[in-house]
Parts: sequence; structure tokens; C-alpha cells
Amino acid sequence: MALSVREYRARIKSTESMKKITRAMELIAASRIIKAQQRAQAAAPYARELTRAVSAVATFSNVDHALTTEPEDPKKAAVLVVTSDRGLAGAYSSSVIKEAERLVEKLKGEGKDVDLYTSGRKGEAYFKFRQREVVQAWTGFSDQPTYDVAAEIGATLIAAFLADAEDSESDVRDVDEVHVVYTRFRSMLSQEPTAVRLLPLEVVEGTEAPDKADLLPLYEFEPSPSEVLDSLLPRYVQSRIFFALLQAAASELAARQKAMKSATDNADELIKKYTRIANQARQAGITQEISEIVGGVNALADANAGSE
Amino acid sequence: MAESTDKALQVELVAADRLVWSGQATMVIARTTEGDVGILPNHAPLLSSIIEGVVDVQTAEGETWIAAVDAGFISVADNRVSILAERAEMSHEIDLEKARQDLERAKEAGENDDAAQEAVRRAEARIRAVERAS
Repeated sequence: MALSVREYRARIKSTESMKKITRAMELIAASRIIKAQQRAQAAAPYARELTRAVSAVATFSNVDHALTTEPEDPKKAAVLVVTSDRGLAGAYSSSVIKEAERLVEKLKGEGKDVDLYTSGRKGEAYFKFRQREVVQAWTGFSDQPTYDVAAEIGATLIAAFLADAEDSESDVRDVDEVHVVYTRFRSMLSQEPTAVRLLPLEVVEGTEAPDKADLLPLYEFEPSPSEVLDSLLPRYVQSRIFFALLQAAASELAARQKAMKSATDNADELIKKYTRIANQARQAGITQEISEIVGGVNALADANAGSE
Repeated sequence: MAESTDKALQVELVAADRLVWSGQATMVIARTTEGDVGILPNHAPLLSSIIEGVVDVQTAEGETWIAAVDAGFISVADNRVSILAERAEMSHEIDLEKARQDLERAKEAGENDDAAQEAVRRAEARIRAVERAS
């Protein structure tokens, strides 16, 4: 008997209280995920209308905008990695970081320097621990991002993209392209780390001929197409970032729910196993006591028989 | 502009994080960078930037909905009006006390500050929206 019954009882107890915690986290994640999905759905009309407006301007004006122009010789790229603030979500953060590392390697292979930007404490901690510079990190909102945060991130990245390499006075780091790595929410069961290029913008103009109903009308632009585009495009970028953050939030909660569910299941199994071992130990103890008593009685009987 | 009663405007007022209001309307008034525009049914397609201000929507039943919006866009096409703003609130959702406090704070923050100026305009728009609605 390796351990006493009492020690097994103590292990069962601690596993039970751990199970209560993981069970609670599972339920919390499950209830928040519905909210996260609703938020993602609520943000969809804005993104849809914005996309429509951007493609309308892009179609009817041949205005070149700084945000859509491909730099001739891209030397530097920014990568925004969207991770979670807290752990206990299975492989969620590590798989998005792995995807980011792949992208960084690829960009380096193309001869580009990479500036890292992170959202979420896990990403920041990962790069800081490896002593790699993170230009800017945003934390504290990963499971319920607000539009304000997305707007701030967007403004920072746009400023970096628009910054002039020759202008050494400004402290904004100049980059030639901006990538975002986030986890796309496919379903409750599958979330997929995805890397997309955000800037320069590729305005998606439907390549196939649109339906008649979808034909874009001839808009009048006020004050002028270029000015409308000027204020439209940064918002488009911000809404894309907001979309990525919302998807990441839903994915994080789904991953956490899954991880906590399997943790609860494991705790259940552990409790069952320990209970069996504890019962076995208890039974072994009883058996030993009985055989000791029987042995003692026999010895006594033998001694008495000898003396007579 | 044709005054046809059978045609109504399909209006969507959209903030970045939610659909604030949608429905049928006979007239929409919004403030663009060039000044106020009134949109009636069969308006020519228009895409314009709007500034912080009040949006007025009159429905076919004669009701008036008033909303405070941030800078954004209005797009009109085919009797569909979409108003996009990063933030938008219907007049009945606005907390007047809070808007007044925001205005005080933004005014104190200084007049040279662009962000503060924006906050002043935003707070003023919200207060105006409530006052117009009541």
C-alpha cells in the first residue's frame, strides 16, 4: 500500500474542488460565447454598408489613395497578433502565435523586417519572454473588445503605414505593409488561426459580373470622391480590425469552453480512479487487521496448548 | 423630386457595434460636411460624409425619430438610406445628465485640442437630440 487511505481522500477532495472551478469556467465561457456571437452579428451591418460604400467609391472614381497604393519596394512589415488576455483556453493562444511566427518567417524570407504589434497579454508575454521587441501592445479587452479599441489600434497602424521613411523626426515606425493574425471563428468546434494582409488595402471588387440588383448606382460624392475616400478608408480599416477582434473573442471563449470541458471530464475520471484506489486501500487495511487478529488468536492458542 | 406616397425610404441607422434603427421613412435630415441635407424618396444616389450632429427621421405614420450621431457617412441609393457612424444613439437612449457632464468636461479640456473639440460637438449633438425630441 503506497499511500494511506487518508491521503487518497485528500486528493479526491482537492480534485473535486478543482473540478468545481473548471466547471464554473466552462459555464461562464458558454454563456459569454453567445453574447460574443451576438456582438459579431450586430457589427455585421456596419461592415457590410462600409464595404458597399468603399467599393462604390473605388468603382466610380479613379482616385489613388495612399492606403491602397502598393509601395514599390516593401522593406518593412507590421504584424498585429491577436491573442487572449488569460490562459486556460487550451491551444488557443499558442496556435495563433505559431501562425504569426510562420508569417514572420515568410516575411523575413522575402527580405522584409518585421515590427510586432500585439493585442492580448498572452502575445505580449510570449514575445517579451523571448526578448523580442513589441512595438505596441494593447491588453485588457480580449473577451469583449469595443469599437474604441479597434479604432485606436487602427489609427496606430495606419499612422505607421503612412509614415514617411525619410522623416526621421517623427517617432512613428514606418512600415510598408500591415498584416493581422487572428483566430477565425468557424463554429463552436473549430477555430482557425488566419493571417490576412490589411494594408495596402485590396478593395474587393467583385470579379464576376454582379446581378442587376447589385449594380452600383452612380453616386454623387460630397464634398468630393477623394475626400469621401479619405474618411471612408480609415474607417474601413478600423472595422476590419474590429471584425478580427470580435472573431478572436468568440474563438477564445469557444476554445476556453472546450478546454474547460475536457478538464472537468478529466477531473471526473481522476476522482473515480482515486476512489477505487482508496477503497482498495481501505479493504487491504481491513484484511490485514483481520489476518493480524486471526494470527494473534492462533499464536495464543498454540502457546496455551504448549503450556498445558 | 417626385412626391410619391407609395414609395418610402428604407432607412438604416448603423453604429459600429450595432444596428441602431431601421424602418420606413418619408424624410431623413442629416448634417453633412457641406451643410444639412434632406432626403426625400427618389433622391439621386448620394454618398457623403456627415459630421457630429442630429439625424431626423420622419416615418410614414408621422412619427419623428431623432438620433445623435458621430462623424460618419450617409449613402442614398434606390430609396435606401444608410447612415453609418462609429457611434449613434436614439434620443430616448441618451442620458441627458451624462451628456451635460461630458460637455462640461470637454469644454474644460481646452479649446485648442482637436479631440476635445470633437467631444464638445458630440456632447452638444446628444443634448440637441434630446431637446428636439422632447
